[in-house]
Amino acid sequence: MDFSLSKKHLMAQKLFRSFAENEVKPLAQETDETEEFPKVTVEKMAKNGFLGIPVPKEYGGQGCDPLTYVMCVEELAKVCGTTSVIVSAHTSLCIDPILTYGTEEQKQKYVPDLASGRKLGAFGLTEPGAGTDAQGQQTKAVLDGDEWVLNGSKCFITNGKQADVYIIIAVTGTIEKRGRKMKEISAFIVEKGTPGFSFGTKEKKMGIRGSSTYELIFTDCRIPKDNLLGKQGKGFSIAMHTLDGGRIGIAAQALGLAEGALETTIKYVKERKQFGRSISQFQNTQFQLADMATRVEAAKMLVYKAAMAKATQKVYSVEAAMAKLYAAEVAMMVTTKAVQLHGGYGYIREYDVERMMRDAKITEIYEGTSEVQRMVISGNILN
Amino acid sequence: MKIVVCIKQVPDTKGGVKFNPDGTLDRGAMLAIMNPDDKAGLEAALRLKDEYGAEVTVVTMGLPKADEVLREALAMGADKGILVTDRVLGGADTWATSSTLAGAIRNLEYDLIITGRQAIDGDTAQVGPQISEHLDIPVISYAQNIKIDGENVIVERQYEDRYHVLKAKMPCLITALSELNEPRYMTPGGIFDAYDAEVTVWGRADLKDVDDSNLGLKGSPTQIAKASDKVRKGAGEVVKLDPQESVNYIMSKLTEKHII
Repeated sequence: MDFSLSKKHLMAQKLFRSFAENEVKPLAQETDETEEFPKVTVEKMAKNGFLGIPVPKEYGGQGCDPLTYVMCVEELAKVCGTTSVIVSAHTSLCIDPILTYGTEEQKQKYVPDLASGRKLGAFGLTEPGAGTDAQGQQTKAVLDGDEWVLNGSKCFITNGKQADVYIIIAVTGTIEKRGRKMKEISAFIVEKGTPGFSFGTKEKKMGIRGSSTYELIFTDCRIPKDNLLGKQGKGFSIAMHTLDGGRIGIAAQALGLAEGALETTIKYVKERKQFGRSISQFQNTQFQLADMATRVEAAKMLVYKAAMAKATQKVYSVEAAMAKLYAAEVAMMVTTKAVQLHGGYGYIREYDVERMMRDAKITEIYEGTSEVQRMVISGNILN
Repeated sequence: MKIVVCIKQVPDTKGGVKFNPDGTLDRGAMLAIMNPDDKAGLEAALRLKDEYGAEVTVVTMGLPKADEVLREALAMGADKGILVTDRVLGGADTWATSSTLAGAIRNLEYDLIITGRQAIDGDTAQVGPQISEHLDIPVISYAQNIKIDGENVIVERQYEDRYHVLKAKMPCLITALSELNEPRYMTPGGIFDAYDAEVTVWGRADLKDVDDSNLGLKGSPTQIAKASDKVRKGAGEVVKLDPQESVNYIMSKLTEKHII
């Protein structure tokens, strides 16, 4: 067993790190303050191939593995939670399901534009009444001739309004399963600009404030019959499989936030003086940092392991769930301790750890709450 | 068009500097980066490739680990990488280095050779012009802008307060300034390709028309008497005067030290 990164992964890490430091970090505070989508940064990431890292070259991607993609999200999250989730939602939640379930025509039509960053992707599953209970979908899609007609709404959609291509989950009928009537759920590709597809309110959030989070509204929105993604009725499993991948991206985001907060704090405690010496010389500080660093390292192992599982296994739900559960809780724990070690300054918005703590909270919630991850993990071990 | 770019792996100034007992740098023990002026030279070559179409070959002399900067260059968009490495080439000064690189380049076809102005470790700015002398081709140093015009290259050569526009017939050598451009990032896919690509490794035997007396430490006329890391400057002088007197004081000090 070898825990060291290959030379190419080390070089990729160096690339992501220098990009994050030079292009992303200087804008992180402003992005948070203004709550504006970092469009220029996204264009730069597109130019450098960051929006199609694990996508095969034949579809215009970079042809790298999931680990490289995860390292990109991680390095971006070290300096800016907002920027990292834009890449994660686009790659894991939009490109990945098209690559996995799309027809060859769909792949050719959508993936090259998405992988090159000419277009941005998003994913709509959550509804006001269907969060963790994803079966509670109300959005309907009815086949009318050669078109599907969508009606309903989605909420809390990352990259909403900024994205051009949306994966939308909707109810297409009812089926009987073990004598019980259940909703038949399917997945669709919907393009921005389709008549009947509009945006509702923009959410004002605690963290990742530059990320564009919108309500999507479908009112007699007609899309071509061919925009059904995967088989009719397979929407729920497509959504769940997509989220398995997405969770690895969010786990990487959480890991990056924790690492960023830890690095910032190490620097701070060496500089900050109290009682005539730097606070790094106090045993409380040392023990806190030791706990933070140990958990970050453990989280990294789980996240990288999940990325490797995605590259080599067909099913990686448990690895993804463990990585996300643990990394998200570590992100919350480490950023909270980072604020504490900064004392009063940690509560001031001028200091990065304040933002990092707010950014970290969402990683315990979106793409499956920590409770959902525990359900996935326990369901598997008790099976 | 064929462009050869000479690059050097240099110590990352963010890391510590370590020396061998003989005063030369212990390169194996230090964090390393691509020399900034060389990176600008590579970027200039890649832009010429984007604009006019070209094959860009990067050449470096160094330890086997200098392979990393070649891979980086490939990941940025260079087409071929050549590593010149051999024990007998170690400890080379600018003369021995330029002799070695010229010996390697004699094996290649080229219209243009681009080097960085100078490396951040040696700071001599000699290797580029020396290579042009060895190869008997024109050199234009301190380039801040490069254009191709048929068989010629038109270069803006930077001076402190002006620039000269020079035209030279190719083949010629240009030394680039880091101010020349903002080097592009590698791409993730470029990195994967770079590690799948083969880097050519040449030793002493592959160098063309070079005498042993011009190679390595033995072939280096420069003898290093003493080398050290940056010496911490003194605490400085604190003077409390009103603004006008402060200005006068600073001006007199600058004049005294012949800075102005």
